[in-house]
Amino acid sequence: MSQYVDLSAYQGWACADCGEPLKPGKVDISYLGNSFPVELLKCPKCGLVFVPEELALGKMVEVEKALEDK
Amino acid sequence: MNQQELREQENRCIQEQAPACAATCPAHVDVRGLADGIAKGDFASAYKLYRKAVPFPGIISRICNQPCQTACLRKDLGGAIEVAALERAALEFGSHDAEAIKPLPRKAKTVAIIGGGISGLTVAHDLARKGWGVVVFEAGDRLGGGLWKTPPDLLPREVLVNDLKIIESLGVEIRLNTSVGRSGGNGHSTFLARLCDEYDAVYLAVGPHSSDIPDLNMNENGQIAVDPLTFQTSLEKVFAGGDVLRTSVNFPTQEIPHSAILSISDGRRAATSMDRFLQKVSLTASRSNEGPYETRLYTNTDEIAPQAPLIETDLSTRYSREVAETEAARCIQCECLECVKNCEYLRHYKGYPKKYIREVYNNLSIVMGTRHSNQFINTCALCGLCAEVCPTDVDMGEICHNAREQMVEQKRMPASAHDFALQDMAFSNGEKFALAHNAPVGSRCEAMLRTYNEFVFFPGCQLSGSSPEYVEKSYAFLREAFDNNVGLMLRCCGAPADWAGRKELFANSQSEFRAEYEKLGKPKVILSCSSCYQMFQKHYPEVEILSFWDVMNEHGKFKKREFSAPVTIHDPCSTRYENHIQDSIRDIIVKMGGEIQELPLSREKTECCSFGGLMWLANKPVAEKMVQQRINESQLDYVTYCAMCRDFFARKGKRTLHIFDYIFGEEKSDLAAAPTVGFSQRHENRARLKEKLLRELWSETMPEQSAFESIRLVLPDDVQNQVEDRLILVEDMQKVIEYAERTGKRMFNASTGHYLAYYKPTSVTYWVEYTPQDDAFLVHRAYSHRMEIGMGAQK
Repeated sequence: MSQYVDLSAYQGWACADCGEPLKPGKVDISYLGNSFPVELLKCPKCGLVFVPEELALGKMVEVEKALEDK
Repeated sequence: MNQQELREQENRCIQEQAPACAATCPAHVDVRGLADGIAKGDFASAYKLYRKAVPFPGIISRICNQPCQTACLRKDLGGAIEVAALERAALEFGSHDAEAIKPLPRKAKTVAIIGGGISGLTVAHDLARKGWGVVVFEAGDRLGGGLWKTPPDLLPREVLVNDLKIIESLGVEIRLNTSVGRSGGNGHSTFLARLCDEYDAVYLAVGPHSSDIPDLNMNENGQIAVDPLTFQTSLEKVFAGGDVLRTSVNFPTQEIPHSAILSISDGRRAATSMDRFLQKVSLTASRSNEGPYETRLYTNTDEIAPQAPLIETDLSTRYSREVAETEAARCIQCECLECVKNCEYLRHYKGYPKKYIREVYNNLSIVMGTRHSNQFINTCALCGLCAEVCPTDVDMGEICHNAREQMVEQKRMPASAHDFALQDMAFSNGEKFALAHNAPVGSRCEAMLRTYNEFVFFPGCQLSGSSPEYVEKSYAFLREAFDNNVGLMLRCCGAPADWAGRKELFANSQSEFRAEYEKLGKPKVILSCSSCYQMFQKHYPEVEILSFWDVMNEHGKFKKREFSAPVTIHDPCSTRYENHIQDSIRDIIVKMGGEIQELPLSREKTECCSFGGLMWLANKPVAEKMVQQRINESQLDYVTYCAMCRDFFARKGKRTLHIFDYIFGEEKSDLAAAPTVGFSQRHENRARLKEKLLRELWSETMPEQSAFESIRLVLPDDVQNQVEDRLILVEDMQKVIEYAERTGKRMFNASTGHYLAYYKPTSVTYWVEYTPQDDAFLVHRAYSHRMEIGMGAQK
């Protein structure tokens, strides 16, 4: 799913709590018992994940719909 | 739905029934298809259709008595379609490149056909094509029998000879000048006995000759007795058809009405039986609608303008291409589609109930794979208009509603389909809105006299959401009208759960209602929302209900208002069969001085605003088309009596009033153009209504606020529109920010100064990008998703 988002566009974000800039890393995204490993920005220290708007409203909705109809 | 129910439901839809012309034609020529082809200039495909039904197209198109014309729906609208002339045109302009008929590989068995007339030759044609050996015995010196009696100017001889060549080309053995004789020969006492011995089957088609055939049983009319379905005679191997069946030994000289197309039909049907007989399979299985029959197809011709043929036509008329195309275009192209014509949703999916019902069934039966009809099932408004206009009462709403219930039971209902409405229902039945009180007691005396109220007002959740002030005013009106003997019940009727197919959730909401209702002493329930009214009528048979509008009409005092133009009434679809409510509304408008112009589709034929069945949530594009269709039906201001109808129309720019706007609204303000109320505001309005009523009427206070409710948001207009469109509520965003600020779990962008945080209250994860601003939070954007971050999401 990561290929649908250009992570470099979101470089300005940092974890407010840890003060660490977000870095690309593997995150599991799951729905209705199906899990997908994706590369997203997250806090290298606490693991707080960043899901950009374009991913949430684009590919994620598509996958949600497809899984709901399976 | 099981297989049998599926069939029953499917068969009720008549759209696929044959048009009257094809059903009346003994050979079932697809006249509608033929006319469609010609009208489009495609004579070749028209010819192909014709050739499929009629083995001798040259002959039949010149002599057919056209029984189809007696059934044609054009008959009284300019005259029946000139079918035979179109057939001749198809032949003339469309047969040149037609492929020659190729018989199947030759099989071992052979049949004898007695008589080389049109009926016998049809059997010869059909069986030879199937690969059976065929021998035709003709007593005369040429094939064609009675056809040669047709005047040559009607049936030119070259046409006749040409068509008969088809038989030769199929490898049929023809024995001319061969009378089979009345006696047997070859060691047999009768000719039929001999033929039955020498051949595998026999077709008797000796034409209009009274024939007392010794081996065959006759019926009481002195005609050869045949099984009307199979054309089999009393001898197993012998079949009979054509004019011989219509000839009686009792009246040997009587002229019989000859019909070439009927003889062809007899031949076709007998050939089907003989083919099955030779294959040793059932002669009777799956045979229906053979020969002329009455179709169940309904076609509405109200909008069809009368139109006569371009030129006077008889059996000798030859059309040019252009004249043929014009004549073919007169064909009404009969079909039903009554429901599809009246419903944007049924039209959107480009089918009709018969097809849809099959798809719904398949969707419910899928074990593995994609359920392509989920959205179709969830899009229906369940409004009942299709059933109302259907000649056979097919109700797609009922089918879709049952399917939703099954999907929920199978745990196959997409979570996203109705969630928002179900959450809204939960809100309305939660402590923020739900309330059940007897009327505030006016005096001690009253308190002593009355334990319970006779009535309770149930205004519903949506009016409370969009116009809470009207709930206050209507409750005050009712208390005055009924001597303060009216309690108040604020909650949702459960319609969203019912529409979403959530039986269990609906049952829970029912028992919650019943508990409160019993505490109030089972008063009569006064309903102002038509969806509530429908729910109560359907699901609470023990509860006595009244329409608020009937009460208002009877007890209300109406001031005359200024009406600058007539108004038109949009009846909510849930009042479809509530004539008394529709009448009350009209009475009230007239009492206030209004003039009413009815919409073409009103009362029992009214349309849904797309709120029904939660269509607006399941399929926004189709819902918007529904709204657009409805609001385009009149330029006048609409008046309705459902808060959601008003909201959905007004949101699309249609000047629409709730009837309460006339009754309680400010006369000076242009309420038809008043803005609509967003989703968050609806929650807010409900909560404030309860708070206000509790405080003012019962001197009570609301329960404590949750921590997130103290988060103040600032929403610029574009963000306001964005969150409304994305179905994100203020309370969702408050929860995210409250969580982020409390736990520190948030992201920060130094270049913009924005914070970003997410929180998942139940099943949806909400994201908010914001900036703290004094004691509030400025929201820059909000979005959501259902996919979960992390593993272990349960199915």
